[in-house]
Amino acid sequence: MRDLRLAFRAGGGFGLGLAFFLIVTVMVPFSVGPNSATLATIAPGVLWLGALLACLLSLDRLLALDWEDGSLDLLATAPLPLEGVLSIKALAHWLTTGLPLVLAAPVLGVLLNLPAGGYLWITLSLLIGTPALSVIGCFGAALTVGLKRGGLLMSLLVMPLYVPTLIFGAEVARRGAQGMAVETPLLMLGGITLGSIALLPFASAAVLRVNLR
Amino acid sequence: MSIWEYANPKKFLRTTERILPPLWLVSGVLILGGLIWGFFFTPDDYRQGSTVKIIYLHVPAALMAINAWFMMLVASLIWVIRRHHVSALAAKAAAPVGVVMTLIALITGAIWGQPMWGTWWAWDPRLTSFLVLFLFYLGYIALWEAIDNPDTAADLTSILCLVGSVFAVLSRYAVNFWNQGLHQGASLSLDKQENVADVFAYPLYACMAGFILFFLVLVLYRTGTEIRLRRMKALLARERMSDA
Repeated sequence: MRDLRLAFRAGGGFGLGLAFFLIVTVMVPFSVGPNSATLATIAPGVLWLGALLACLLSLDRLLALDWEDGSLDLLATAPLPLEGVLSIKALAHWLTTGLPLVLAAPVLGVLLNLPAGGYLWITLSLLIGTPALSVIGCFGAALTVGLKRGGLLMSLLVMPLYVPTLIFGAEVARRGAQGMAVETPLLMLGGITLGSIALLPFASAAVLRVNLR
Repeated sequence: MSIWEYANPKKFLRTTERILPPLWLVSGVLILGGLIWGFFFTPDDYRQGSTVKIIYLHVPAALMAINAWFMMLVASLIWVIRRHHVSALAAKAAAPVGVVMTLIALITGAIWGQPMWGTWWAWDPRLTSFLVLFLFYLGYIALWEAIDNPDTAADLTSILCLVGSVFAVLSRYAVNFWNQGLHQGASLSLDKQENVADVFAYPLYACMAGFILFFLVLVLYRTGTEIRLRRMKALLARERMSDA
């Protein structure tokens, strides 16, 4: 399991998601203007959206490479249950994409004039929320793995599934930035993440088995 | 005699052929009757004027938009558990109908909202969750279209429908929460049912019953079409085999 994770880390473009996150964040002031009050209001939402898009962008590599060289078939017949394999895959995706985003978010927050109280909460909400993005994305990747033009379709499928996570995550960050109570959305976000981690690998594995048939 | 007998495509086709014409008729009469009754024989609301009458399209369409997804969920479950092809095809047949219903609900809502709320669109929980539902429908249909092997497509879309249902419900509550956070109870209540007077309610019931039947008719009809399409494909494949 560990060398799988290592291989994944070497194979996937480690910094690409991060660079994309940076670009999106930098583009925002160009599109809405450099007014710092405006930027401060939308900063939490922009950071969350950027992280989500960066996650989405890196999803098609999650299973596609292993699909092409056939190692996915080997993994499916391995003694390790496919659910476990996919959980590890999602974990690897989170480590290579989610975690750097979490760490980069406060730095990019400076660029967007994020209010002082917001740094802790944007980091915390991303830390709790991004695993859900990875697990849900893993389901999307498993769903579209065999398809030629899977990338766009996967975005269409995965985006609606991201809606609750995005709402609660951005809500935590927004409330935190404005100094309001964050418990409820934070708990909901945690609930979504834990529920997704617990249940979605089964759906992903079921879908992948169909695709490997 | 049980419902599972209709898992046999031949039996399904024979029965639907028999019951479809009267169903077409009844649903058509109900919708037309309800709409005409609602549009021309009810008084204008004292505050909303004649715009209130859009309710006769809006509410039934919204009702069916949700129930179509629910029906797809049940059909998908039946396919996953008992693997009846008719069930998978029924789910496939229902999706485009559901999309159209969602669109009707959204568009009529916007047309009503323009004079009443002064805006075509507001990020109200109900509006937003319908938009999300619309996206779910699009994804579901796109996945059906993208996969060549019909059995694989049926499997994948069924699981997508199951997972999507959970997330659709989740979105509904998330959106509810999110908007209260923004507007603090200044909600744009769409809950018209509670304060609808009887004059408006009866034609509305007629329209709702009509829409339910109409949905049923469309789904049965489209399922029949799908069955015939698949049969045709099988025949063509057999012909090619015998030619070769």
